[in-house]
Amino acid sequence: MARLPITKTPKVYVGGAFIRSESARVFPITGFAGEFFANIPQCTRKDLRNAVEAAAKAGPGWAKRTAYNRGQILYRLGEMIEARAGEMADAIMLGGATPAAAAREVAATVDRLIYYAGWTDKYEQVLGNVNPVAAPYFNFTVTEPMGIIGVIAPDEAPLLALISLIAPAITSGNTVVALASSTQPYPAILLGEMLATSDLPGGVVNLLTGFRKELISTFATHTHLRAISAVVNAEERKALALGAADSVKRTHLRKAEDKHDWLADSAQSLEAIRETLEFKTTWHPVGA
Amino acid sequence: MPTLTASKKSNRSAVRAGRPAPELILGDLWEFDPAPESADPKLKARYELFIDGKFVAPKGGRYFDSINPANEQKLAEIALAGPADVDAAYAAAQRAYDGVWGKLPGRERAKYLYRIARLLQDRAREFAVAETLDGGKPIKESRDFDVPMAAAHFFYHAGWADKLDYVAPGRKVAPLGVVGQVIPWNFPLLMCAWKLAPALAMGNTVVLKPAETTSITALKLAEIFQDAGLPPGVVNFVTGAGEVGAAVMNHPTPAKIAFTGSTEVGKIIMRGLAGTDKKMTMELGGKAANIVFDDAPIDQAVEGIVNGIFFNQGHVCCAGSRLLVQESVAAKVLAKLKNRIRTLRVGDPMDKNTDIGAINSREQLDKITRLVAAGVKEGGEMFQPACKLPAKGFYFRPTIFSGVSMSSRVAREEIFGPVLSILTFRTVDEAIEKANNTAYGLSAGVWTDKGSRILKMSTELKAGVVWANTYNKFDPTSPFGGYKESGFGREGGRQGLLDYCKLV
Repeated sequence: MARLPITKTPKVYVGGAFIRSESARVFPITGFAGEFFANIPQCTRKDLRNAVEAAAKAGPGWAKRTAYNRGQILYRLGEMIEARAGEMADAIMLGGATPAAAAREVAATVDRLIYYAGWTDKYEQVLGNVNPVAAPYFNFTVTEPMGIIGVIAPDEAPLLALISLIAPAITSGNTVVALASSTQPYPAILLGEMLATSDLPGGVVNLLTGFRKELISTFATHTHLRAISAVVNAEERKALALGAADSVKRTHLRKAEDKHDWLADSAQSLEAIRETLEFKTTWHPVGA
Repeated sequence: MPTLTASKKSNRSAVRAGRPAPELILGDLWEFDPAPESADPKLKARYELFIDGKFVAPKGGRYFDSINPANEQKLAEIALAGPADVDAAYAAAQRAYDGVWGKLPGRERAKYLYRIARLLQDRAREFAVAETLDGGKPIKESRDFDVPMAAAHFFYHAGWADKLDYVAPGRKVAPLGVVGQVIPWNFPLLMCAWKLAPALAMGNTVVLKPAETTSITALKLAEIFQDAGLPPGVVNFVTGAGEVGAAVMNHPTPAKIAFTGSTEVGKIIMRGLAGTDKKMTMELGGKAANIVFDDAPIDQAVEGIVNGIFFNQGHVCCAGSRLLVQESVAAKVLAKLKNRIRTLRVGDPMDKNTDIGAINSREQLDKITRLVAAGVKEGGEMFQPACKLPAKGFYFRPTIFSGVSMSSRVAREEIFGPVLSILTFRTVDEAIEKANNTAYGLSAGVWTDKGSRILKMSTELKAGVVWANTYNKFDPTSPFGGYKESGFGREGGRQGLLDYCKLV
C-alpha cells in the first residue's frame, strides 16, 4: 500500500511564531485540479491588533540595527527564497500561473530583495542633506522610519506584489503588518517560513491571511499603524482614507483597477522607500 | 585651563547653589517711554478678492471687517468670497497653468520669484507695520522675522525653479497643476510665502485663502505680484472664514491641497478628500517638549524657554509649550524663569519695546482663558507677572504652570497662547518617554552641554524639527513639518519641493 503523505497545516507568521487565527476560523484553498489543498487561517481584527503589537515590540530594535546589518538580512531573505524557489513556484502555480510565469515571479522577487538590500546603507545619503541656513547653526535633515506600516497586497502576483510593498518599508527600519492576497494566500504562508530562517528578527514582518472586507476598517483606524501602503479598489481607498484621518495616518494607495507590472523595474524605487520615511531636521549651534 | 579666577567663580556658584543670584527686576516698576513705530502701512479702506491678476469685488457683494486686535478698531473691509468667486479663482489658476506658467521655462519663473522677493524687501517696513496692525504681533517680530523671512523664502525658492532636476535624484519632476492652499493667522505673510514660493517654483498655480482675521498682508502681497508683472491667475487670493476654506479645499479643480492650521481642521479636510486622488500636505498642531538637562547653560536655556513659548504670544504651532526640566535643576530654572518673565513687556504691539503683543482675536483669547482656567482647576500652580494690560484690545499675561501632571489638559492640548506647562524628569529615558507621550510630533528642544546627548535625543524624539540649545529658528533651506498628528509633508529645503511635484 502506498504511503500516505503528511500534509502541512498552513499557519501565518506573526511575531516570529507560526500561529492559527485566534478565531480558529479557516478557509479552504484548492489544488491544481480543484481538489482540496489546505485550510488557510482566516485572520480577524484581533489577529491584526496582535500583529501590530508584535510589530511594535520589534520596531525599535530593527530600526537600531545598522544599515549594513539590515542589508545583509534582506540579502539573506533573498537567499532563502532562491534556495526554495521550486517550492515557491509550485505555491504560485496553485493560483493558475504557468510554470514559466511562476518561476519568473520567484526570480523577480529575489531580485527585488537584492535591490532593496543594496539601498539600506545608501538611501540616507541620497535623501538627507545639510542645509546652509543663514545663521551660525549646523543644520541637517535625516530620515527616520515611520514605525509600523500596514500593507494590503493585491490579489495578483501573490508573492512579488507582497514583497514589493514590504521590502521598501523594512529597508529603512520600519516594521510591517501585511495582509496577503485573499485569492492566493499560500505563497505568503511559505514566505513566512522563509522569513523565519532569514535572520530577520521576529515581529519585523507579520503576515496575515484572510479577507479584506473584515480587516480593512482596522487597518484604517488602528492608531499605531503610522502609514498604509496598499493596492486597493475605490471603495477600499475611501474607507482607508477616512479612517486614516482620525490619526493623520499617511496613506499610499495604489489603484487595484490599474494595471500594475510588478515584474518591471518601475515597481521598485527609492521613492517607495521614501514613502515610509519621515524627514527630521536638527539645528545645532556652531561655536566654541 | 584651571586658573585662580575660574576656581573663585566656581566657589561662588557653589555658595549660591539652588538659589538664584539677586537680580534687578524692572517689570512695570520702571516706565519706559513709548517707542512707537509710525511708518505708514498704506492700507486701503476696502480689500477686494485677487483673481486673475485683478482686484475684483465678490459676486455676492459682501464684506467683513478686519480689526486691529490691539485696540479692536476697524482697519479695513475685506471681501467675502462665495462659491462662485472660488470657482472663478480656480478657473483663472487653471488657465494660467495651462496657458502660461506650466509652460514657462524654470529660468523665467525664477525671475518672477526673485522680483517678488526684492519688491517685498523694498516695502519691508510698510509690510511689517501692516502685519502688526492686522495680527497683533510685536513690531520687532514682524520687522525682524516675519517680513525678512518671507522675502528669503521667495529668494531661496526662486533659485530652485531652473534646477528641479536636482530635487529627486535619478528622476524627472513635473508640476502637479493647480494647488489649493489655506493658511492660518499666526504668521499671515510668512505662511503665504511658505506656501506660494515652492508651489510657484515648481510650476504650479495657486488659489490661496488667508485666515479671516489676517487677510491684509496677503492682499498687499498681491499688489507686489501686480508690480512684478506676475502673469494673471498664477496666484489668486480668496478671503473669508471657514466656509470659504472648505470651498477651496473641496473644489474639484486642484490636484493638491496644502493646509496649515489645527489638527482638528486638518482631520476634517482629510475626511473631505477621502476617495479623491488629490495630494495633500498637512502642517498641523503641536505640543512641543522643550527639554532642559542639568548640565545645560541655564541662563541661555531660560532665554530659549522664553523665546520658545512667548514668541508671537505663543501663537506658534511649534511653540515649546511643555517644559521638561531635569529635577535637580528644576527649582533653579523655575526661579530664573519667573524673574525673566517679570521683565517681559506686554502691550501695544506697535511699540518697539513690546515683547508680547495682542492675542490675535477675541475667540482665541477666550480659548486661552478657558484652558488656563482648566489648568488651575486641575491643580497646576499658576504664575503670572503683575504687569499692566491695555484697557482695550485682546491681551493675556505670560503664564506658567508648574507641578503639572502629564494628563493635565494644559500639558496635552495645544493652547496656542503664552502659556507654558512645566514638568520634571530624572533620567534621559524618562525625558524621551514624556516628550514623545503626545499625539503631536512637530518639534522639540534640547538643552544640554553634551554633544552626544543632543544627537541621542534628536534621534529618539518623534518630532520633525529638533532645536539643540536654541529654539524657534527657521530658514528657507531648512525643512519644517511634523510627525504623527502634527501632519505630513515638509515646507522649506529640498525636501519641501518634493511635496509640490510629481515624478515622471
